[in-house]
Amino acid sequence: MADQNTTSATPALEVHDLTVSYHSKPVLWGVDFTVPQGTLTGIMGPNGAGKSTLIKSIMGLVEMNSGFAHILGGPLEKVRQQVSYVPQRESVDWNFPASVLDVVLMGRYGKLGLFKRPRKADKEAALSCLEDVGLLPFKDRQIAQLSGGQQQRVFLARALAQDADIYFMDEPFAGVDAATEQAIINLLKKMREQGKTVFVVHHDLQTAPEYFDWMVFLNTRLVANGPTKKVFTQEVLKETYGGKLSLLVQVGDLLAEEGLPPRKG
Amino acid sequence: MTLIAGDYWSMLAGCLVAIPCAILGCYLVLRRMVMIGDAISHAVLPGIVLAFMLTDKMDTLPLLIGAGSLGMLTTFLIEFLHRKVRLQEDASIGVTFTWLFAIGVILVSTFVSNVHIDQECVLYGDLVNIPFDLMEIGGKEMGPVAIWTLGLVNLCVLAFVWIFYRQLFITTFDPSFAVAIGISATLWHYALMGAVSMVSVASFESVGAILVVAFLVAPAATAYLLTDNFKLMLGLSVLFGIASAILGYLLAISLNSSAAGGMVTVAGGIFGLVFVLSPRYGMFSKKLRTLFKVA
Repeated sequence: MADQNTTSATPALEVHDLTVSYHSKPVLWGVDFTVPQGTLTGIMGPNGAGKSTLIKSIMGLVEMNSGFAHILGGPLEKVRQQVSYVPQRESVDWNFPASVLDVVLMGRYGKLGLFKRPRKADKEAALSCLEDVGLLPFKDRQIAQLSGGQQQRVFLARALAQDADIYFMDEPFAGVDAATEQAIINLLKKMREQGKTVFVVHHDLQTAPEYFDWMVFLNTRLVANGPTKKVFTQEVLKETYGGKLSLLVQVGDLLAEEGLPPRKG
Repeated sequence: MTLIAGDYWSMLAGCLVAIPCAILGCYLVLRRMVMIGDAISHAVLPGIVLAFMLTDKMDTLPLLIGAGSLGMLTTFLIEFLHRKVRLQEDASIGVTFTWLFAIGVILVSTFVSNVHIDQECVLYGDLVNIPFDLMEIGGKEMGPVAIWTLGLVNLCVLAFVWIFYRQLFITTFDPSFAVAIGISATLWHYALMGAVSMVSVASFESVGAILVVAFLVAPAATAYLLTDNFKLMLGLSVLFGIASAILGYLLAISLNSSAAGGMVTVAGGIFGLVFVLSPRYGMFSKKLRTLFKVA
């Protein structure tokens, strides 16, 4: 799906000197990093570290004070068709009079242009994405009748329907039960195997090293960026999370024991 | 109660106000922007008066331009006060439209003296007189002017939501996602508010600036209580709008009172009825459900 001039050596994401502030209070400060294609990247950090803001500014939803973000070697406008975005689930009103299929079809809107209407092929693509997330039997349900986990999977299906190469997901595991979380992470890993690059804002340090092969640690400034094996260290965690150490000690112990914490279904 | 030909024109005008209001109202209700719609329907007043003062007649085009630009200004001022000055949204709306509306009232009462535009008409509308202002083309009577204006506005609004259905749908449901895939939420916000301004100015002659908002909200809110399907919601709200217009007019005739008042009373009545009886969200069915513990 990549353009001819973007090879696999082109970084999926290059963020340079990015500064964002809300009402003159900096949320992100001079953030600089590069992530290669084909990774499943966790964007980690404490509350208020600017994780969501990072994604939003990359997607052009929040104004940057300085710096830039290049996706596949160029600005967002050039590669919009190849980029997908999953907002936080709470960002929309789920009482909206729309069916599951209506929402997933929105994933096809970007390719349709101003006047074209969705065709049969678009509907079929949407249905197959619903099947991928296991929601095909729910296609005609109103979205308010879904559980939190199902709503999250609707958003995921909509992103899949975009058929993009790069995915930015804002807390896809928030308010989701363990089974759904496992289903989602399996899907994300499958996407990585297909050569897609997936960025995930994530909170849970316990599961993070098992989920992601690349990590970006943020706390207003960039703390660390690199392959999980290199950056998931006690020093980085300490620097990112500061005082909140009770959990870190646990994770650190696990690290000392066997390198990476195990995860049991 | 006997109806004369003029009554049918007035009822038709009422329906032609109700239809575009109901459609745009669905978007306003779902975007939680009903009060912005209210603000616009008031704030177009100075635009109407200015257009009237400049051209010295009630021509449709200058009116639409005048009202449209005031509608945009209102939308912009509200956004500006809310986002840049960081005033609460309801305060931003309140400050903006009352101020513009007051300017309009002063303009009407001091600079304009004309049968077509006075405070009474601007505030409460003048549905009963619509049949007497006739359009003439080449000496031939072509029916009331207001019907033509409203008909044109109906066509424009229907075309707008028909052609740009997807853009309006997605920016209403999930503006962030819309922006992320390259559909500007701001552009469609302003386009929608432009349409609301247009409908407000076309409607003010018939129902007045104060009651336009009832036509924007009541039918859409009623439809919202009844369905989970957006297209059905649009259809139902149009039906409720038309029903309110016709039944309300008959009510007003039989009580010998204001036509717009009658229409809005009926619209509110229909909403109340649906609120009580709606199978899904109604009070009645909720009681039943708790009584019998059915899902």
